[in-house]
Parts: sequence; C-alpha cells; structure tokens
Amino acid sequence: MADICESGICIESLRKRYGKGETAVDALKGVDMQVAPGEVVGLIGPSGSGKSTLLKCLGAVIEPTGGRMILGGGVIYDDGWKISDLRALRRDKIGFIFQAPYLIPFLNVTDNVALLPMLAGKANGDARKRALELLDALDVVHRAKAMPPQLSGGEQQRVAIARALVNRPPVILADEPTAPLDSERALSVIEILNQMARQYETAIIVVTHDEKIIPTFKRIYQIRDGHTQETAGEGKMVHNTKNGLLSA
Amino acid sequence: MISLAGRDISHAWGKFVFTGIGLGLLIGVTLSMAGIYRGMVDDAKALLDNSGADLWVVQQDTLGPYAESSSIYDDQYRGILSMAGVARAANVTYFTMQVRLGDNDVRAMVVGIVPGGPGQPGYLVAGRHITRSHYEAVADMATGFALGDRIRIRRNLYTVVGLTRRMVSSGGDPMVFIPLKDAQEAQFLKDNDAIVQQRRRTAANPAFDRPSVPGLLDAVIASQSTNPYVNAVLVQLKPGHGPDQVADTIRRWKRLQVYTRMEMEKILVGKLIATSARQIGMFLVILSVVSAAIVAFIIYTLTLGKIREIAVLKLIGTKNRTIAGMILQQAVALGIIGFIVGKTAAFFWAPVFPKYVLLLPGDAVRGFLAVMMICVLASVLAIRVALKVDPAEAIGG
Repeated sequence: MADICESGICIESLRKRYGKGETAVDALKGVDMQVAPGEVVGLIGPSGSGKSTLLKCLGAVIEPTGGRMILGGGVIYDDGWKISDLRALRRDKIGFIFQAPYLIPFLNVTDNVALLPMLAGKANGDARKRALELLDALDVVHRAKAMPPQLSGGEQQRVAIARALVNRPPVILADEPTAPLDSERALSVIEILNQMARQYETAIIVVTHDEKIIPTFKRIYQIRDGHTQETAGEGKMVHNTKNGLLSA
Repeated sequence: MISLAGRDISHAWGKFVFTGIGLGLLIGVTLSMAGIYRGMVDDAKALLDNSGADLWVVQQDTLGPYAESSSIYDDQYRGILSMAGVARAANVTYFTMQVRLGDNDVRAMVVGIVPGGPGQPGYLVAGRHITRSHYEAVADMATGFALGDRIRIRRNLYTVVGLTRRMVSSGGDPMVFIPLKDAQEAQFLKDNDAIVQQRRRTAANPAFDRPSVPGLLDAVIASQSTNPYVNAVLVQLKPGHGPDQVADTIRRWKRLQVYTRMEMEKILVGKLIATSARQIGMFLVILSVVSAAIVAFIIYTLTLGKIREIAVLKLIGTKNRTIAGMILQQAVALGIIGFIVGKTAAFFWAPVFPKYVLLLPGDAVRGFLAVMMICVLASVLAIRVALKVDPAEAIGG
C-alpha cells in the first residue's frame, strides 16, 4: 500500500455528506481504494451508490467531508484540501474521460488534444507535436485535422483518451467511457486504456455499468451505500488491432 | 496559445456574420440618426453662411427672421446703411411654401433678395444671378428644377435663371431666390375676390371716403395693396469694425433687434433645432440600449449553447480569465463586424435621405467606442453565467 500511495491513487476513509441536519445525505461513508500506476480498475455500483460523487472528489471538483486522498504521490486532501490551486491540479495531475467525448466542437482534433499542454504553458509547436504522437499511438492521427463532428463515436472517444493522456497525468478518471459505443469499440477503448496505463504508468479508474467490459478488469471496486468493496475481476485480455477490431 | 474565440467564430462564421449584419444595420441606423442631427446643425450654419451677413436686423423683441416671424419697414435699411461700420445692407424676406412646376410642387423656402446685395446666393453651379427686378428665380438643385423651368409662386410665373447648391432653410427645405419686390408682394398676396371685397369695405367707410379730402380713398386703397414690410435687413460690415459695436449702434438708434453671427447660430442650434436634437438624442439612447440588449442576448445565447464545453474546459484546468476572455472577444468581434456593416450601410444610404445626413469621422470614432463599450458591458451577463458553470457538470451523475 505504501508503494501505491507513492505514485498511484490512494484513498483512505473518504467521506462525503450532502446537505445539513436532518436532510443530510451521506454519499460516501468511508471509502478506501488503491490503484497502482499502470493499473486499470473498474468501479461499479448501482445508480445513486456514490460512483459519481467519488469521481468528483477524486477529480477535485467537489470537496469531501473527511478522509484522505493521495494522487500521484502527493497528498491532495487530508480532512481539507492540501493544494491551493485545484485547477492546476486537475490540469497537470488528472486526466478525464467522459461518458460522451465532449470534445471542443470548434477545435480540430490536434488542437483538442494540444489545448491542455498549451494551457499548462507549453509552446504551441511542442504541444501539437505531443498531441500528434498520442493520436498516432491511438491510431487516429489520420484525422488530425478533422473537426469533432466529422469523427465516428469510436474515433471521438480515442481523441478524448489522447486529451486525457497528453499532459502525462499520473491519474485518469474515466466516467463510463464506453457507454455510447458498441461492444467492439467498447472493448477496443478498454484495451487502449490498458495499453496506455502500462505505457505511461498511469493509474486509471473506470466507472462503468457496461457488462461487456466488466470482465476485462483485474480488480473491481464495487460501491454500495457509500462503501467500497474490492473484488477480483476476470482480467480477460483484449487484443486491439490497428483497425479497431478486436478479439476477446 | 490557441485563440478560443477566434476558432469558435471561424467555426460558426455564418452565425456570427449574419448576426453581425443584423446588428450592423441597427448600428447603421444609429450612425444615420447622429448624421441627421449633424446635418441639421450644418444646414443651420449653411443658412447663416450663405446669407453672407455679419448682422441680422429684425423686429424688436423677436428672435427673427428664422426662429420667429419678424416684420420691419422696408426703408429701414437706408438709415442702417448710413451708420458707421456698415458696408452694405439689404432687405430680405423669407417664407416657406409649395412652389409649383407644372402639376408638381416642391416645398421650398422662398427668399426675396435685392439682386447683388447681401442674401444673394454666394455661388452658382449653373446659369446666372437674378438681374431683373421681376419674375426671375435662382433655385437650389435639391428642388429638382432646371434652368429655364417656369415655376409658379402664388399667381406669378418665374423663370429659373440660375442653380445653386446647399442653400437650405434650417428645416432642410431647399431655397428659391426671387427679387425682393416680388417676394414682398407674394408674401401677403390676397386673392382677387378678397381684394375687391377689401376695396368695397374701405370705400364704404365714411372715414376714408370723404368728399372734402379728394384722393384720400385712393391713397388708403393703395396703401392696403402694397406690402412695405420685410423680415430682416442683412448687414455686411466694413473691415475693422466689430459686430458687437455696430450692433449696439443700430439697436440704440433704430430701436430694432440686432443679432451677430454668433448669436444667430445660438438661436438656430440652441432653440430652433433643439427639440429635434433632443428627439434624435432620445432615439440614439433607445437604439444604443436596443443594440446593447441584442448583443447581450446573442452573446448570452451563444454562451448557453456552450455550457457543456465550458464545464469541460474548466474541468481540464482552463482559467476563468481564459473563458471570460473568449466570451469578451466574441462580443467585441461581433461589435466590430456590426460597426463595419453599420458604417458601410450608413455611407451608402445617407445620400438617399431627403434631408442632409452628415457623417462625421469624429462621430464614427465615438460610435465605434460606444459600440465597443456596449459589447463589453453586454458580455458581462454571459461571462457571469460562464464563470458560474460548475466543472462537475462535465461529469455525469
């Protein structure tokens, strides 16, 4: 556990309460979770169980009520934020992948990916170079100049993955990234995430309801009534091919 | 760093351009309203410039001859001519009427002048000045009359012998110059039936028809048939004489009201067109508010359409000032497009207006600054909305 906390995701007794007094709701009642660098874990649970709340706490967009969070070796929360610039934390340490790709519609594929390093102060040329490398790795470099609406759903999601990875964050939070995709493309996305996690030593949490991809996780956290329970997954291997087709 | 506003505009350029055109036409109307006011002021100044006078001698206690009616005897100018500092003095009459040409008529200010004296148009663009004492006219080109046209003023026909330009009344009506005697007659000319009736009534009055005073009745009737009044005397000064000093002398000895050029300009701009100026000012305020509301609404709507993208941008670490800058730049870009369209539109449609529209570069600069200010203020609402967007909205649940 000490090793994981040095560079991955480490959550201890995380709590989140909404509201006050009699109307207060405890969404998280003491969540514990560890994700090692290079590992992809699943986070499953019924609606209203607290998955999104946990993701928002990890993403530093809402403040937990108590507990401790360590991301990429740094304590970011310990009964209070330990980082003053949460925006910079999100930009530099956390990558986000959403249910829908949410690409910026008025930027082309390259600039959608390059925007983050540019926001971090990198030169435009360097940022675009890094974006193109990632797009190549994700097999969408041939659409580098296309606008988001011109891409297929799978291509859009790969661009979103590239955007999440571009600043080399130690942590990626994926919120149902395969929901709008068919089985083949959903498994392809998971394989890409596994590949990228290994390649860039990134700890990835994938929130999902998707029955198709649950068997691909080696470890799964099930969240129920604000508590997490770790279970071993099947860890089925998925082999991605260059054209996006796969065999499970 | 990428210009987010620039990319958004180029991505949805059609929406921006068409919105800008709509806004631009409104800005064009606003600039034209300012141009109409400037035109009115310029018309007033042209009226004074074209008269060629240094002093206006009018009836006591009036603001004549342009702002109020004024009536003085037509022999007063002789006494004025003899005063120190006066180089030239001439009677002048003004009245506005419909001047007929065939079946058509044109609203014009008919000016009675002494040929060759002050009040005569300063320059002609065609033809010659009035040389005869009767039935010749010089018309402003805006009347649409041509050389040789026979125009009707009251019951007499006049031949247009000269054409001039920018000779307009303070109301913007083009001027038609005719000889003073004709103008005096035309000003108070009664119809024949009324003249016959007046003569009969005078003859029936025993005070006038007295057998012991032969010729009295004829004299009274003759006096009733002529108009010995003019509206003003225009005075030109000799070099080296101040207008205030000469004006004081005329006031003292002739018991008439005298206005200098500066005083007359104050009357015209400050009193005669003051109500119109306020009216136009109100329009300008309303149009500015409407423009601001439109820009605010457009930018607000565009921002609402990007709430999800803004949430994503905030979630991935975009600074608030970058997002605010994007919205502000879009509002300013919309203003710039609108201003270019508006200025161009005003330039092309200004000459079509029936009255003079004067578009001054200074007004354009002020208008541009006002548009920019309006755009900046109008973007505040959208920026507020954008800054309130919770980055958590990008994450479901």
